[in-house]
Amino acid sequence: MDFVSFLIQILNSLQYGLLLFLVASGLTLVFGIMGIINLAHGSFYMVGAYLALALTSLTGNLMLAIALGIPLAFVFGALLEWLLFSHLYKRDHLEQVLLTYGLILIFEELRSLAVGDDVHGVAIPAIFSASIPLSENLSYPVYRIVISVVCLALAAGLYFLIQKTRLGMMIRAGSHDRDMVKALGIDINLLYRTVFALGVALAALAGMLAAPISSVYPGMGSSVLIISFVIVVIGGVGSVWGALVAALLIGFADTFGKVLVPDLAGLMVYLVMAGVLLWRPEGIFKKG
Amino acid sequence: MKQTRMWQRTALAVAAAALLPGAAYAAEKVKVGLMLPYTGTYASLGNAITNGFKQYVAEQGGTLGGREVEYFVVDDESDPSKATENASKLVKRDDVDVLVGTVHSGVALAMAKVARDTKTLLIIPNAGADELTGPLCAPNVFRSSFSAWQPAYAMGKIVAESGHKNVVTVSWKYSFGEQSVAGFKEAFEKAGGKVAKELYLPFLNVEFQPYLTEIASLKPDAVFVFFAGGGAAKFVKDYDAAGLKKSIPLYGSGFLTDGTLDAMGGAGEGLMTTLHYADGLTNAKDAGFRGKYEATYKIEPDVYAVQGYDAAQMLRAGLDAVKGAKLDKAVMIKAIEAAKIDSPRGAFTLSKAHNPVQDIYLRKVEGRDNKLVGVAEKALADPARGCRML
Repeated sequence: MDFVSFLIQILNSLQYGLLLFLVASGLTLVFGIMGIINLAHGSFYMVGAYLALALTSLTGNLMLAIALGIPLAFVFGALLEWLLFSHLYKRDHLEQVLLTYGLILIFEELRSLAVGDDVHGVAIPAIFSASIPLSENLSYPVYRIVISVVCLALAAGLYFLIQKTRLGMMIRAGSHDRDMVKALGIDINLLYRTVFALGVALAALAGMLAAPISSVYPGMGSSVLIISFVIVVIGGVGSVWGALVAALLIGFADTFGKVLVPDLAGLMVYLVMAGVLLWRPEGIFKKG
Repeated sequence: MKQTRMWQRTALAVAAAALLPGAAYAAEKVKVGLMLPYTGTYASLGNAITNGFKQYVAEQGGTLGGREVEYFVVDDESDPSKATENASKLVKRDDVDVLVGTVHSGVALAMAKVARDTKTLLIIPNAGADELTGPLCAPNVFRSSFSAWQPAYAMGKIVAESGHKNVVTVSWKYSFGEQSVAGFKEAFEKAGGKVAKELYLPFLNVEFQPYLTEIASLKPDAVFVFFAGGGAAKFVKDYDAAGLKKSIPLYGSGFLTDGTLDAMGGAGEGLMTTLHYADGLTNAKDAGFRGKYEATYKIEPDVYAVQGYDAAQMLRAGLDAVKGAKLDKAVMIKAIEAAKIDSPRGAFTLSKAHNPVQDIYLRKVEGRDNKLVGVAEKALADPARGCRML
């Protein structure tokens, strides 16, 4: 590998890592902070991608579609929480797994009925459709860089929201002791509904942003589900900062795994996970 | 009283049937077990195959070889773990005369095992695993589609003839991908080329960026890939967005651009692929087939519909040989082996291993079509390595 390719591979790792963070960020909130094992997270990602498809063909512009899609996904998340998830906080994890697994099947079937099983594409917005030449024959799509910037901004925003705002303080308190937070006069139900809806909106946003580069196809949610859990677990359950570091770590492991040990490429991510968990069973950034 | 009368009638019917065996068999139906994916990623393929099969039966007035066709339909969900049970149910409970299926090679391998164990006739209308008509070939197992080797082998020759000497291949690491790359490599290296590097991704992984960077630094003359569905659309888009399409030509098996052109949104324009079917074939059979298919189902037919249609033709060839008599499997197998199938893709015969000996077309993406460029390989037969029927 020459030096230029090495640098480009680092760029690839960063870009992939940031995209993974975007997908996993919603799960960090819902799983890490609320403690719900949400297997349907991938389905929300898929819903986002199909929303981007539908709204782009309606409005003719992906950015407008995303602007419309985020509030839709937020409301959808709040409805789901009210209808289903709000009944689960005091229940066993097994019941959460059953419910969210059931949701995967329902969303896949609904998608099949509504849109069919073909592969669809979403066009990259015209202003981001250019590419920047990196070497004599390789160039980098501007849109991928835009996604990276959005991911960084979201990471900073989430960190600020959870660590520095009053809402974030309530969320953190709620994750430790629901009853005490309630006793202090905070509407814990509304709080949880907001956090869950935010998680769904983040997953959908990830799907919408990724739609132009990943295509929109059946089963796309399941491909991101496992990697999202890996990131949340490596990063330390409940830590946004940890999820970002873990996502970048996985980005590097996957990219350089493919280049350096192609035969083990599929295994690399899980070797890293095993290594991190042996070293720190609670994840990199788990606080006491 | 009523009961007695019914018994009498039944006895009479049995006696009549015994006296007139020919007449009784003529009225018999042929039971066809359609085991295909009707949900999941491959649902559209399963539906196209079913449509094609039923279209041929409808064209024959609802009968094949003088027998009415009775369908037993099972959704195989493309799930290999349920395949043996599903196939066994069709054979043992429903007592089907012939199994037709399926798309997913893993499921088809399990079906072939059931077919061999129970000596049931099996016609595979898609699954391309080389083994099915290779090491695992059997007298009662036929294929109306292709082997993974066929389109890839044809492409190897084309790429070499285009003057490319040094090629990198990319594929998912699973049997169909590896068989495609092997077929390509065989023909390409025989014609004097060299596969510089074989790159593989874990199955269904679509993070191609590291490999695109590697291809850019290896600077091969051309790239050959096997991908299908969503992965195919994403690879072609990424390849184009990375600016590689201009400098390093991309080639692939036809699955790269079949059913994925809409999703590519123009990134696939001009790509050359090889397959046993193409848009713009000039034979009359294809024109008739396409016209009727569009009129009946309100969508354009694809290669999968053709394979379903031809599965029905193959079954008919077998049934014609036992017209008005018992379904003698040995006679049917002989008849199918000898048949010339007048397919919309162009007429084909079957190899000794029961895979189509067919023309592989070179196609070029133009808009939403895979337009015919020419014949890449005339009457190409799969080598069927490891098959004991050769």
